[in-house]
Amino acid sequence: MDSAPALVALGGGLFVLGLLGVIVRRNVLVMLMCMELMLNGVNLLLVVFAQRGDSIAGGALVLLVFVVAAAEIGIAIPIVLLLARRRHTMELDAYTELQG
Amino acid sequence: MDNLLLYLFGATALVSAASMLVLRHPMRVALALIATMLSLAGVYALLGVHVIAIFQVLIYVGAVMVFMVYVIMLTNVRDRSFTLRFSSLLLPGIAAALVLAGLFARLAAGGLPAAATTSAAGRFGVQSFSVAFITQYWLHFELVSVLLVAAVVAALAVVKVSRGAHG
Repeated sequence: MDSAPALVALGGGLFVLGLLGVIVRRNVLVMLMCMELMLNGVNLLLVVFAQRGDSIAGGALVLLVFVVAAAEIGIAIPIVLLLARRRHTMELDAYTELQG
Repeated sequence: MDNLLLYLFGATALVSAASMLVLRHPMRVALALIATMLSLAGVYALLGVHVIAIFQVLIYVGAVMVFMVYVIMLTNVRDRSFTLRFSSLLLPGIAAALVLAGLFARLAAGGLPAAATTSAAGRFGVQSFSVAFITQYWLHFELVSVLLVAAVVAALAVVKVSRGAHG
């Protein structure tokens, strides 16, 4: 039985759950983790389509996404720690001066 | 048997991803995310994409999430976001997620492209994938290493700014 439709649904589901988490949660660290979940959903879709299309371009892109995710976390975590040290809170609503 | 394991890993990934939305403490959310990532690594391994399965465990679980867990343990902030799960954007967020899910379902209803005839295990084996990656995508590899260096410099700059501000 072909498992690709179920895996595509799983990838889309992970992306939607991650987006929902970024929008509705309060804690900044939890929001960052939900962003990672979105990246994971996209990675799964890339792998499934790369395998189906018989091209390694998708697989190469997944490896590049890994690096981008590591860089994102490497910059985001110090920023979050700085904000937490300054305001003693991890709640995003406390940082209203960040709006444009 | 393989299909059964595939669905088992997929279901585990989906359930732990959904539990990320309702768990309160960030450490439990991190553990749920680690469970999701490990299940996805299992899915990749069952699909025959072994390189990506290995790097999923090495980079995501081994580096990114360990970093995240350390940060959660090192911050001693306890505020409202540890007891109240959702912000005031709960209903708009659910509406947006439903719209997006409907959009995805509509796109996926068009059907997937036909599967390739050759077996994926040959192309995505460790040796053939690595050789193809380094010979075809070496420029992207180098560019992404430049991005990584830039990220390290930016992180150092952030730390330096904070030292300047706090004396």
